[in-house]
Amino acid sequence: MTSSTTDVPKISFQNVSRRFGDGAGSFLALDRLSLDIADGEFVTVVGPSGCGKSTAMNIAAGLTEVSDGRVLVDGKDVHGPGPERGVIFQQYALFPWLTVRQNVEFGLRIKGMPATERRRISDHFINLVGLADFADALPKTLSGGMKQRCAIARAYAVNPTILLMDEPFGALDALTRVGMQDQLLDTWTQERRTVVFITHDVDEAVYLANRVIVMAARPGRLQEIIPVDLPYPRTEAMRLSPEFAEVRNRVWHAVYHQKPQIESNI
Amino acid sequence: MTGAAGVTQSARNKAFIDWSPILLNLLAFACGVGLWWAITAAQMVVLPGPVEVFTRGIELIANGQLPLDIVSSLRRVLTGFFLGVALAIPVGFLMGWYRVARALIEPYVQFFRMIPPLAVIPLAIVTMGIDEAPKVFVIFLASFLSCVVATYQGVISVDRTLINAARVLGATDRIIFPRVIIPASTPFILVGVRIGLGSAWATVVAAELIAAQSGLGFRMQQAQLYYDLPTIFVSLITIGILGLVMDRLVQAAERRLTQWQERAR
Repeated sequence: MTSSTTDVPKISFQNVSRRFGDGAGSFLALDRLSLDIADGEFVTVVGPSGCGKSTAMNIAAGLTEVSDGRVLVDGKDVHGPGPERGVIFQQYALFPWLTVRQNVEFGLRIKGMPATERRRISDHFINLVGLADFADALPKTLSGGMKQRCAIARAYAVNPTILLMDEPFGALDALTRVGMQDQLLDTWTQERRTVVFITHDVDEAVYLANRVIVMAARPGRLQEIIPVDLPYPRTEAMRLSPEFAEVRNRVWHAVYHQKPQIESNI
Repeated sequence: MTGAAGVTQSARNKAFIDWSPILLNLLAFACGVGLWWAITAAQMVVLPGPVEVFTRGIELIANGQLPLDIVSSLRRVLTGFFLGVALAIPVGFLMGWYRVARALIEPYVQFFRMIPPLAVIPLAIVTMGIDEAPKVFVIFLASFLSCVVATYQGVISVDRTLINAARVLGATDRIIFPRVIIPASTPFILVGVRIGLGSAWATVVAAELIAAQSGLGFRMQQAQLYYDLPTIFVSLITIGILGLVMDRLVQAAERRLTQWQERAR
């Protein structure tokens, strides 16, 4: 088969299921998820808690194994984590004993990259996320938003082709959040990657995405895929537009008015 | 979380030393000595007064006995303590990192932890003789047991997300261990070191009371025979001061090594 690389989805979930525990106490966190994500796409995932969105992301990251089905990245099965898939955690997960720059250089350092090259790359991404004045600060002196920007720079530094973000702005206040969304889109426009972004905020999901993946809980499964036909760059005017409202209403209904699963569907 | 506040706070601490607690400390010290002097001067109890104890202290320093006792006690404590910590840290890491090692070692650690190190002295004397070996061994045991548990707790409580963050950046176990596990568990280890030093110091004095020919504990034992209360006081005060100094040194090292930690003041 001769398919060009553009035909192969960047990430492909094929009938992926994940069960936690065994026997009577076990539960199905993810039930036969099938989903293709194209190269360079920005996809957001929303759904109630227990819908398996974090499980799906951890599987793609290689931090969790599948119970059934497969996950392909660039057409290859995922086995464990890899530097081509950057992950950004809700709790920032910065190494508190390292400065901002040392955190950003962590992935480069363990690859054995020479110091001057490391420095060049870390400078670039620290500037990109606007932390130039804090390059030598320890994480404890940073605000939540700055910590997350540092984590984003750290993920970018190892040059991943995919960014997996698990509710990255979930712990931030509403104002900081909006600023972070714009900055993330800005960074993404300059350094285009495939992004899978998990959130529980419908507005955020619509504002950022090419497509919003709505998931349902118990068992965690795909509910609906809603395209967002708004051009980038996204602006405040767009956020307040009737077109935006319309998509948001669709997503809202898909998230908050989910029908219980029909038995025959199992 | 509040970045700006954190910066100004530490800057303020550096710029100004707040003298009021130090003054209060000195005041408390002066009051204590004053009270001691008043009680003994009024002959309410048959105890030596501060002046008497101070002169005896000078005497003991001048004739070289006190320095000699300090050196022998410190040598025992530090030998036992460093051996104990040097073994406790790798064993603690082993227990935290490998389930098999934990299952094999933990029952012994927990069992021996329940035996006061001093209770081992009779056995140690019978099997190792009456020279330095039994004392150093008992101190080693005391510091090893308190430090190993802290190290192992430190390793098992390293945040999973930090390990995952390292893994997704391409780190293997071989890299995660020195670059994540060790720094992340350092605060726990240092608490263990501090507790270990405290119990080592407590143990040496007691061990010398039972079996020694030198050291601060031995000196008190001798003084007891001759009803020499000032010497007992000098030894007690020396033990307290040395313990305090060692504790402060470890604390300073701790603060230096873990200054990256977010602390509630």
